[in-house]
Amino acid sequence: MTQKSLLTVDARTKKRNASEKRFKAFGLGAIIVAMVALVILLTSVVSTGSSAFKQTYATVSVPLPEAKLDKSGVRDLDVMKKVTTIGYTSLLRDGIVGTVADAGLTTTLSAKDIGKMLSKEAAATVRDHVLANPDVIGTSVEFSLLMNGRIDGYFKGRVTMESAALDGNTSPEELQLAQDMANAGLVETKFNWAFLTAPDASDQRPEAAGLGVAILGSLYMMIVVLVLALPIGVAASIYLEEFAPKNRWTDIIEVNISNLAAVPSIVYGILGLAIFINFMEFNQSSPLVGGLVLTLMTLPTIIISTRAALKSVPPSIRDAALGVGASKMQSVFHHVLPLAAPGILTGTIIGLAQALGETAPLLLIGMVAFVREYPAAYSPDAGLFGEAATALPVQVFNWTQRADPGFVERASGAIITLLIFLLIMNAIAIFLRRKFERRW
Amino acid sequence: MTQAKISAQGVQVHYADTHAIKDVNVEIADKEVTAFIGPSGCGKSTFLRCINRMNDTIDICRVTGDIRIDGEDIYDAKVDPVQLRAKVGMVFQKPNPFPKSIYDNVAYGPKIHGLSRNKAELDEIVEKSLRKAALWNEAKDRLHAPGTGLSGGQQQRLCIARAIATAPEVLLMDEPCSALDPIATAQVEELIDDLRQSFSVVIVTHSMQQAARVSQKTAFFHLGSLVEFGDTNKIFTNPEDPRTESYISGRIG
Amino acid sequence: MNEHISSAYDRDLEALQTLVMKMGGMVEDAILSSAKSLETRDIVLAEKVRAADKKIDALEEQINEDAARIIALRAPVSKDLRAILTVLRVAANLERIGDYAKNMAKRTVTLTDMAPIDGSDSALRRMSREVQEMLKDLLDAYLRRDAVLAEDVRQRDHDVDQMYNALFRELLTFMMEDPRNITTCMHLHFVAKNVERMGDLVTNMAEQVIYLVTGEMPEDDRPKGDETAFVGDVD
Repeated sequence: MTQKSLLTVDARTKKRNASEKRFKAFGLGAIIVAMVALVILLTSVVSTGSSAFKQTYATVSVPLPEAKLDKSGVRDLDVMKKVTTIGYTSLLRDGIVGTVADAGLTTTLSAKDIGKMLSKEAAATVRDHVLANPDVIGTSVEFSLLMNGRIDGYFKGRVTMESAALDGNTSPEELQLAQDMANAGLVETKFNWAFLTAPDASDQRPEAAGLGVAILGSLYMMIVVLVLALPIGVAASIYLEEFAPKNRWTDIIEVNISNLAAVPSIVYGILGLAIFINFMEFNQSSPLVGGLVLTLMTLPTIIISTRAALKSVPPSIRDAALGVGASKMQSVFHHVLPLAAPGILTGTIIGLAQALGETAPLLLIGMVAFVREYPAAYSPDAGLFGEAATALPVQVFNWTQRADPGFVERASGAIITLLIFLLIMNAIAIFLRRKFERRW
Repeated sequence: MTQAKISAQGVQVHYADTHAIKDVNVEIADKEVTAFIGPSGCGKSTFLRCINRMNDTIDICRVTGDIRIDGEDIYDAKVDPVQLRAKVGMVFQKPNPFPKSIYDNVAYGPKIHGLSRNKAELDEIVEKSLRKAALWNEAKDRLHAPGTGLSGGQQQRLCIARAIATAPEVLLMDEPCSALDPIATAQVEELIDDLRQSFSVVIVTHSMQQAARVSQKTAFFHLGSLVEFGDTNKIFTNPEDPRTESYISGRIG
Repeated sequence: MNEHISSAYDRDLEALQTLVMKMGGMVEDAILSSAKSLETRDIVLAEKVRAADKKIDALEEQINEDAARIIALRAPVSKDLRAILTVLRVAANLERIGDYAKNMAKRTVTLTDMAPIDGSDSALRRMSREVQEMLKDLLDAYLRRDAVLAEDVRQRDHDVDQMYNALFRELLTFMMEDPRNITTCMHLHFVAKNVERMGDLVTNMAEQVIYLVTGEMPEDDRPKGDETAFVGDVD
């Protein structure tokens, strides 16, 4: 019988190697497809949304005559407040017309049209400023004022001269004047902090719409989820893993918890509606209710990941603790829990990140409302986290429903913000896990 | 005649339906090393774990019979297993120091049992235990380094120090050297020889040479029963039971 | 007794025992041959005995080596330990018996030139035969682990000692009768002493076999029949 040399490859090995190569190729192909899809998604989101972080402002010198603004003459706030934004609008118009003339720019537009180049929000900005600083009345103050949505769109490339000709809200002449003003240094597009801090704005003012309220609302809800879901979830998990007797009841509970993790989130919304709003009569659309609903949703995730973390602690540590004379509680809290902490933290943060992005249940409990005021964390009549608010993903949903194309950019910008928060939370999870990971 | 430190009468252990320990009677003396030998699965570790009630943590395990330490029945309803385990220390097969510093490893037991009133006393207990475990010289400069950073033999000595820190009266050792190299094994055996002057030591071992070297009395377990118990000398030169003879000569597994 | 799990261990022990039996056989031969050569004044046979002793010594060396190896590698306990210790002692004793046989053969050459003494030949022959039978039975007892037979062998040394006593007085008488006999008688005495020592050594081995089988050395005193130390003592 001749010996087979190691240097010759037989047919079976060749076949096996070939199928391995094919398998690797498939795997690689799948990853490439996934990467490509990811790149496409990110590119489309970033390209439409990144412009939301820039905003066009005009530097306008606005006259603030006393005659118009303060009929009392003594800076009486009540009297001053009687002057609404409509009153300020004409002042703004004078201001921008004057500024244009001072710059030596010519246009065929009427004064009214020039005035319309400013955002409707601008009047509110000036009014707020005057009410806050009554002593500026009688002077002319230079303001950096928001320009309207179409002009903003022009500088971002969305609106062109051709589309302006067909557009009812703007005209090529407006755009031209805006361009001239920009060339003269009166108009610039700068970073838009207001996007993150300003509250939502109505349909006519996409340029003024911001995420301020949504971010606060999401923040309050995350606090509620963290404060409730983490202790309850960890405690339940510890009980199930360490103390519960191993009988049929415990098995049933475990199976059900796993099933709860798979329940569609909108069901939690219905649950929240029925119990928290109808039965317990909490305020609709409050971060408290939103937080409670999200807590219910996140609990199974936290319980499952905590159990996995507890299970991964080797029994030798428990034995060692018991052998030295520690009670069950002591062995769990002094030894098992610290070792399981990285896993628990990771699970919690992932649960929170999931909760941050949930929309369906929040829609059902009414967080779709258009909220203009920043919700306070605590107010006497609404209670803790009781004031109406909205949430980031809900805001995205909201904006995509609006007609004005300026909101498309806003929605994409909000998605980018959401993604950044999720990235930060995941990075924190990874950092914490690395930092606390111990070898045993 | 002095009372035996640990005395067992008619001990039976069942794991669900399996009868693991069948009617064991044995008396273990104080200030002496007793070795439990026998083939795998003969019940020696199971019986060892009955002495400090570690089998309580296993739900399907039922222990019946009488086990007394200093005349007191340790399975009495009034006895708290946690307190028992402060009196009966245990060292396991694989060194399992807590993932804490060396100091904290040794100090944990005394702390939870309230054996020291202040830091100075705790320091003293830690030093004494580490000295007795022949680890002080190697550890004194790095008391706050993690216990898991030591070598295998050092870790096992740390576990021994941890077990004796609670001032137990009995020390149970379940194959303490099986994960160690020969030099570390010799060091631990030397240590055991020293420890027996203060404690009653019961050691389960797979190595007959180790049992012969280290113990004064040996008990041979086979298929859950205690086949023979006597002076180590006699067991290894002229045992009474043919099963014992067969096992120690390598005639049965 | 069932086998060791390690069959190599069993083979080693068996091989060792075979060597011991072989050595025992050779020593039995040596006793017989040296006694015969003395009786028949056969110098050629005597030379053969002397040459054969080298082989006996070589066997003892090999047995020692093999036994040491087994101790180092197997760390024997209980019965196995006693077996190895027995092998070592038996080999040592056999080697000394062989030496005594060689010594007898040496003196044969010297005695050939001298006149025989009446009765000494037959007495010596009887003694040698008795010792040789004891050795044969002892080897049997060893092979079959028969403690009863070993005890019997042990007791028979008494007879050998008695024979030696008788021969001692006889030779003394001869020497007192005729001083020209002294040289011959001295040699003959040494030969007799050798045979008596052989008997003692076989008794040693018998005790060793009892230890092997029962685990304990026999406690009672062995029969000490040698009274020659007291002959001529004025009481």
